[in-house]
Amino acid sequence: MSKITGAQAFVQCLQEEGVDTIFGFPGGVIIDLYDELANSSIKNLLVRHEQGAVHAADGYARASGKTGVALLTSGPGATNGVTGIATAYMDSIPVVVFTGQVPRALIGNDAFQEVDIVGITRPCTKHNYLVSDPEDLVPTIREAFYLASSGRPGPVLVDLPKDIIGSLVDFPEKEEIRMRTYQPHVEPHPGQIVKACQAIVEAERPVFYVGGGVILSNSSEELTALAEKTQIPVTMTLMGLGAFPGTNPLSTGMLGMHGSYASNMMVAKSDLLIAVGARFDDRITGRLDKFAPDAKVIHIDIDPTSISKNVEVDIPIVSDCKHALTAMNAWFNSYKEIDSLSEKYQPWRSQVKEWDTKHPLSYKEEGDIIKPQYVIETINRLTGGDAIISTEVGQNQMWAAQFYKFNKPRHWLSSGGLGTMGFGLPAAIGAKMAFPDATVIDIAGDGSIQMNIQELATAKQYNTPVKVAILNNNYLGMVRQWQELFYDKRYAGTVMEVTPDFVALAKAYGAAGLRAKTKSEVEPVIKEALAINDKVVIMDFAIKREECVFPMVPAGGATTEMLLV
Amino acid sequence: MKHTLSVLLQNKPGALSRVTGLFSGRGFNIESLCVAETLDPKVSSMTLVTRGNDAIIEQVTKQLHKLIDVIKVTDISEGEYVEREMVVIRVQAEANTRAEVLRVIDIFRGKVVDVSPTSYAVEITGPESKIKAVIDLLRPIGIKEVVRTGTIAMARAPKK
Repeated sequence: MSKITGAQAFVQCLQEEGVDTIFGFPGGVIIDLYDELANSSIKNLLVRHEQGAVHAADGYARASGKTGVALLTSGPGATNGVTGIATAYMDSIPVVVFTGQVPRALIGNDAFQEVDIVGITRPCTKHNYLVSDPEDLVPTIREAFYLASSGRPGPVLVDLPKDIIGSLVDFPEKEEIRMRTYQPHVEPHPGQIVKACQAIVEAERPVFYVGGGVILSNSSEELTALAEKTQIPVTMTLMGLGAFPGTNPLSTGMLGMHGSYASNMMVAKSDLLIAVGARFDDRITGRLDKFAPDAKVIHIDIDPTSISKNVEVDIPIVSDCKHALTAMNAWFNSYKEIDSLSEKYQPWRSQVKEWDTKHPLSYKEEGDIIKPQYVIETINRLTGGDAIISTEVGQNQMWAAQFYKFNKPRHWLSSGGLGTMGFGLPAAIGAKMAFPDATVIDIAGDGSIQMNIQELATAKQYNTPVKVAILNNNYLGMVRQWQELFYDKRYAGTVMEVTPDFVALAKAYGAAGLRAKTKSEVEPVIKEALAINDKVVIMDFAIKREECVFPMVPAGGATTEMLLV
Repeated sequence: MKHTLSVLLQNKPGALSRVTGLFSGRGFNIESLCVAETLDPKVSSMTLVTRGNDAIIEQVTKQLHKLIDVIKVTDISEGEYVEREMVVIRVQAEANTRAEVLRVIDIFRGKVVDVSPTSYAVEITGPESKIKAVIDLLRPIGIKEVVRTGTIAMARAPKK
């Protein structure tokens, strides 16, 4: 077998994995990799900050379902990527991050731009590697892609010392990867499926509680089929939005801290909670002893650690959601009394409908003042609910989650677990690289957009004309909301006394800048933005400054005790 | 409740810190931890003593199992098992106490491994309760230093 350089092997491995786009930032120890990538067909986007590279790879992965790839240099390049890695970790997004490392002989010597990135990222990666032998390079990269995308997906980091990249290595044939220590439990236990289906048949007030696992496992169709067959209402977590059509009459939208009244009430009053690919996060459950107190719990999740972590589960199903839902659909296909089942749940559905009618998601109109919810509603209407929406974190994120009706999976890209401000813009660029013809909009706040605003230059350089809708209130709005409600309006540290002129800033970055100061200007601005397809557009909406996100369950409170509009 | 877990893991750099990092990161506690190579040099065996209610131990076990480097996790305290710990104690041994020290460690089948004009270093092996008992007895005489290995444990073979 003829040997090739480590850098050549790296590029060949990427090609073998079908990687067409990577996001990165070069540095001394990875020049060889950049040199080799330049000779390949792989698109290599130069971001403006390494955090942006990992978020862009993450956004690419969320939108496309493929594994995202980022390439960072050693030291600060690697540490700048950590927030991106932790973001992907919390949301189980398949990303492989390559970092350069100082030559092996210098490791541990406090060499220039040396950092123990494997040590630093150990708790926020699914797994990570320092390649310490040239012959390990190819098998390690292959294993990294396998780990990132299989089982419960997640980020995997591979640290590449400079001398390994430069050494000569074999490039063995790829074989099926089998790991003694890692065998994800993909198939459900048939007995548990029967138990779950019987519990559904016996229930009076069942609820589907659906999370990001349904999206990650591409099982929206199976879930939708099961919910429609059984006519059981569906609520989704922030990560689950789009797993079930938001406009379907069975959908009550999101649950949890800023979930709809109907969602939280129905979960609280249910007698059977069917959790699918969700993990009972504290933002969902609120006070644990008041969470679905009368419900039997079915929990489908590929990760056994998620089961009975926060809420005790009666019928655990450790499995890929797709396999479990397919098996449940098959069970109900041969269930003779499916029609009477749907009928049995009728009073329950009416009750849910009643809650929804009593307190629908809403907001108060205030003349020509721009309400942020109205901006989202208008974007939803004018895009037909079809756009890929990324968000920053805070009020902008919650309003987008509440008022944009996602009918398809992989159209909602938001940092749920870690709650990373600065995620939305680079994630949108990543999504736009995966789907160049899609309308991709980052819903942002004036605070969070500034956390990675430098990526406007990346978007310009690679012609990824994403749109950014800034809900501008000159506050760090979500924290301000907590201060208004729980700190007697002491707005410590949340007033953005200086905010750039985003329209002028757009121009500086070669983007189009539009501004709406009144409600009547909102629709024309969005229409104009949607018509611009050859450059990035920033829409600056001067929204009502002290608008709050409602409903709201105060942190640690019971989910039935919501603050309403 | 105290639980003794036996963990087989890949003998790779960083594998141990993945385990300890998991415990500190998730707020689980480690009472003792003992790790060494097995007959297969690619595999290490770890005995880990931790404390928690059933739900916590279930999480500990699952989280350990989730680590890519971990091969097998067994809560051996669920069944019959033998546990051993070794302690080396440097105890004050002047003319008036030397005989007493020897008597005590003889009862516990310990032995002297180092001698100086004013002290003995004694080695004792046994389950945790025995180690505690010997320390309690030697303490009034004057313990200068204690070094413990932490517990190692093995499930008992089935009797039938």
